[in-house]
Amino acid sequence: MKLPYFPGCTLKQTAKNFEKSAMASARRIGIELVELPRWNCCGAVSSLTSDDIMHHVAPIRDLVRVQQMNDDGILNNEYRLVVLCSMCFNVLKRSNMLVTKDAETLNKINEFMDTEPDYEGTVEVKHFLEILRDEIGFDKIKEKIKKPLHGLKVSPYYGCTLLRPREIGIDDPEAPTIMDDFIKSLEATPVDNPYKSLCCGSYHTVGNAEVVAHRTYKIIEGARRNGADVIITSCPLCAFNLDNRQELTKKLHPDFEYMPILYFTQLMALAFGEEKEAGFDENFVNPVPLLEEKKLLKKVVSRGE
Amino acid sequence: MEGNKKMITIYIMGKAYKVPFGLTIMKAVEYAGYRFIRGAGCRAGFCGACATVYRKKGDYKFRTALACQTTAEDGMYLAQLPFVPANREEYNIENIDPDKNVLSEYYPEINRCVSCNTCTKSCPQELDVMDFIQAAIRGDYKKVSSLSFDCIQCGLCTARCPAEITHYHVAQLARRIYGKYYSPIPKHLEKRVGEIKKGKFDKEIERLKKMSVDELKKAYVKRKIERIPRGEVREE
Amino acid sequence: MTEVIHIEKKNVKFLQKVVELSGEEVTMCEQCGICTTSCPMAEEMDVSPAGIMRAVQIGDESVVESKAIWFCASCFTCTVRCPRGIDLAKVTEALRQLTLRKNVDHIDLDEVKKESLPAIALVSALRKFTG
Ligand code: SF4
Ligand code: SF4
Ligand code: FES
Repeated sequence: MKLPYFPGCTLKQTAKNFEKSAMASARRIGIELVELPRWNCCGAVSSLTSDDIMHHVAPIRDLVRVQQMNDDGILNNEYRLVVLCSMCFNVLKRSNMLVTKDAETLNKINEFMDTEPDYEGTVEVKHFLEILRDEIGFDKIKEKIKKPLHGLKVSPYYGCTLLRPREIGIDDPEAPTIMDDFIKSLEATPVDNPYKSLCCGSYHTVGNAEVVAHRTYKIIEGARRNGADVIITSCPLCAFNLDNRQELTKKLHPDFEYMPILYFTQLMALAFGEEKEAGFDENFVNPVPLLEEKKLLKKVVSRGE
Repeated sequence: MEGNKKMITIYIMGKAYKVPFGLTIMKAVEYAGYRFIRGAGCRAGFCGACATVYRKKGDYKFRTALACQTTAEDGMYLAQLPFVPANREEYNIENIDPDKNVLSEYYPEINRCVSCNTCTKSCPQELDVMDFIQAAIRGDYKKVSSLSFDCIQCGLCTARCPAEITHYHVAQLARRIYGKYYSPIPKHLEKRVGEIKKGKFDKEIERLKKMSVDELKKAYVKRKIERIPRGEVREE
Repeated sequence: MTEVIHIEKKNVKFLQKVVELSGEEVTMCEQCGICTTSCPMAEEMDVSPAGIMRAVQIGDESVVESKAIWFCASCFTCTVRCPRGIDLAKVTEALRQLTLRKNVDHIDLDEVKKESLPAIALVSALRKFTG
């Protein structure tokens, strides 16, 4: 299955391991993710005022690229656009929903983008987790893994943009299960966390990192109390806040203990025996000692310190 | 010039002037009696000093051009834009950590880009300006460098951008980082610097220093132009 | 004790402006407070989310000056829980826009320059905090 894929800026930058591990995992289940040949930043957050059309231009411009890929024969009648980053997913889907429901706004955007072909509203924005659940099936993934992650206790962290608002979310915003089912398909043990969809503080990490660190404390401690070894996420901003902000969290809460934070695709790559593509060395809190202890990674004598 | 017979009307800052058809905007403005004190330099499309904005009669588009490179047309409403205020950050290229998100650190406003494409539409060099700003957000120095290589820093994109980005300064920083930390060091340059240091050209310099201006001019015209050996050209 | 609130023309104008900009029927709010109990940022706020709604209802323009509207993280938790179906995130966005659209930033970019941050953090923060 050949699907168009939108990476988003951060996957080319601080979250390269997210993309790398997803690509490797996708190949193992017969999915080829084809990056849009040309794309622009979606804006990361949606425009929320009724009169602001300008900020919907960026995501719609990206959707035009999917149309072009079909017109150019790179894709054959494939309009499902796969997104890994939860925030990009949310923004692209939201703008798409807006213009497919509101012909006047679509018309305005098309008129404004006078250097592009018109967007026809044909694209369907899908999160990679949805593809795993709905197109491949978690049971199929379970059949295909090489290395079951027995004994690893994983707490899913959904955050905001995968679930909310309701019409955009990929699961029940109050009782999501998709990540839990994903964890089970890798034969790891899902661990509940009362704060699994508590906002991590998001963009407050710019200019007010302490606000984030307090939430990081709450979220990670919530997972630890239930016995989790590791937390998974699908958002590079959540990852930055939960992972890189642990240093500050420790400063503000001396009883805090570090915990590795992984992209869900890193776990998947590990289960498919693609640990080289998992990019564990790019995580802030090093997950390797834990994975070695759990006998999921072979001990390497020197890690090139 | 046969074009001299046909006259056209242009509007300079709102005032109508009749000028011969076939002149560049720059020459037409001079024909109309203006003298450039700023806003003109090379007159050959290289220096970026002659940024101009205009509209054509009956056309809603706000257009941009280099005055020295664009033919004046009948019904053009013109204004020169000799200078675009833009902050250039101070940095020491030696002390930069290229692994960090340097472009965003010095110019965080690049992250405000709304992908409106106005910059690309306004670039007289026909560069993919929006695309290099997008590459800058991702920290892709190489892509910024290659897409912005022909930027002449006219500032038209910067004057038009709703996100208040100073594109050409961002691109210049990216090219400097790419040049210093990523592009291969040109071997012929290293070799030549070594030769200079060893004094290979000292005698020649002394000879030139003693020449009169006229002799120098003649020698300049007669000079041999060295070919760059194949395989030593810069990347891209 | 009964509190008497005098609503003048300018208060109604403010309410209408926020309703128009957000597209949300703010007067539908019944002050149940579910938004406040759901909000992950409530503890940082000087006015609670329900308080923000109340202020807009009575046209109290001072809410634009509150810290609370800037602490809202657009997490949409209140949005999915409001029994009246109001999207509060749109209301706080409208309130922030009233300042940002006057070309006034909420963050100082010189502060931002001090740390190497991922694009996703900068893009979102600059969209929310600069005009
Ligand atoms: S990129 Fe901007 S400054 Fe450079 S030539 Fe184009 S319009 Fe001028
Ligand atoms: S003009 Fe500014 S906002 Fe528009 S695409 Fe160019 S850089 Fe982005
Ligand atoms: S005068 Fe130098 S580019 Fe026009």
